[in-house]
Amino acid sequence: MARAGTGTRIRQHRLDRGMRQVDLAAALGISAAYLNLIEHGRRRIAGKLLADVARVLAVEPAVLTDGGGSALLDGLRALAAEDAQTEVEIDRAEELAARFPGWAALLLAEGRRNAALRREVRDLTDRLAHDPALAGSLHEVISAVTSIRATASILVSGDNVDRDWQERFQRNIHADSLRLAESSRALVAFLDAPGERSGEALSAIEQVDAYLAAADYRVAALEGAGSATPEDLAEGPAFTGTAARRRARAVLRRYRADALAMPAERFDVVARAEAYDPMRIAQVLGQPFAAVLARMATLPFTAGHVATGFAQADGAGAIGLAKPLGDLAVARGGAACALWPIFEALGQIGRPLRRRLVMPGEGGARLVAFAIAETQTPPSFDGPVPVEANMLYMPDPDPEGGAAVPIGPGCRICPRDGCAARREASILRGEAEL
Amino acid sequence: MGRRVLLIEDEPNIIEAISFILTRDGWTVHTHADGMTAIERIRAMPPDVVILDVMLPGRSGFDILRDLRADPQTAALPVMMLTARGQTKDRELAEKLGVSRFMTKPFSNAEVLENVRALAEP
Repeated sequence: MARAGTGTRIRQHRLDRGMRQVDLAAALGISAAYLNLIEHGRRRIAGKLLADVARVLAVEPAVLTDGGGSALLDGLRALAAEDAQTEVEIDRAEELAARFPGWAALLLAEGRRNAALRREVRDLTDRLAHDPALAGSLHEVISAVTSIRATASILVSGDNVDRDWQERFQRNIHADSLRLAESSRALVAFLDAPGERSGEALSAIEQVDAYLAAADYRVAALEGAGSATPEDLAEGPAFTGTAARRRARAVLRRYRADALAMPAERFDVVARAEAYDPMRIAQVLGQPFAAVLARMATLPFTAGHVATGFAQADGAGAIGLAKPLGDLAVARGGAACALWPIFEALGQIGRPLRRRLVMPGEGGARLVAFAIAETQTPPSFDGPVPVEANMLYMPDPDPEGGAAVPIGPGCRICPRDGCAARREASILRGEAEL
Repeated sequence: MGRRVLLIEDEPNIIEAISFILTRDGWTVHTHADGMTAIERIRAMPPDVVILDVMLPGRSGFDILRDLRADPQTAALPVMMLTARGQTKDRELAEKLGVSRFMTKPFSNAEVLENVRALAEP
């Protein structure tokens, strides 16, 4: 089934380009009959031949390979993994994606919306349960009501309450009613506030991701002389809510700093001249390795540069920025494969890493990744010293060049057997050929 | 001297109302508003019944109840807790710590009287 998926995709991309089988075969230096067998899943394809097919068809190799992490397929599997109750035909996910891509995409979109809504509900629940302002207002309201109720009961009890006490209790009720009015207003103001967020289905991280993706990861307004400031952009309509604007400001400020230190015109030329080797680029430009990795993630694929994926993690391994390479992304929320070098880098602060990687499956994408973790503040015995890791990954230009680390799309949807880094069972266990 | 209640509560108007209804019922009411020194106050002059608010400055009513139950001198002291938070988990925690009665604010005066009287019965 895995082979059939790759062959089907090759055939589809060839037909999309209006190319005859015989022409593609000629361009690849193979017979049309052999290409026919590949397209019908009867011969395997990987390595150089797959890279050649991708080059001729002008697509990323990962787009052609199922192991390369078809976003649709991985997304469907992840969706199935989230629901332990419903029995899903996992082994037919690929068939669903191939035969009904529109329905599959709709399912995924609904899954994403559902996840966003769940997150919003959780945030609001957390806010109601733990917000100190709300707890304070509620305590004030209940204390005032308790006092008014107890005092008023005494006054209307019909028992003899002497005049001094009556006046005293009336004053208390008046004071408590003022307090109640004040705390009720605070409560209403608090409960009104979430209304501003209605319709906001994306978290702060997702909003910044969406903004960068829409700009194809190169924010023209922050390049060169720059017509905008990070602060201006963060206040723009792309971001809803304080948290998203704060995150946008932080991310775009760093973007601007990198753009000033490594202007695009020169950076792009040097990157190409140095064959997209980030260490050589860093040496030529005299810039920090970590910043070069981030800057390389902005190289426009459409201008003929190598396709790149990027991820940034904090000291806890939580993924902040994430730019997928085609379909291939480092999963968030603790779902990522632990073998991505970004996590290895977090254990070796300051040491640059270069790792060859291979995704599972027949013809699984072969990548090369670069990573480094660094402290974010000057050394100090006092206070926390935050750590951050950057990782850049791209198609391996020399897939036969050496042993590769067998990574995956995350344990729940990873078909690998016997992985030392596995932390939970895969829903794909037992699936033939995967 | 009649039976004694120690009311540990930091809201002045609630203190005044509860003090009034208990005093009128024949109780001698002492009050204390600080969580930090509440235990010392109880040990210095153990009352017949303690009315203990949960949210107090300095220390929570739960902390105070736990310490009371851990000390043989006060382990059996009747304690009625008052809380503005009626959640099940608060009630469960209070019961686990050995509370005698648990009341959620706002309460009725009749309930307070009824509970305090019941706790003071031998």
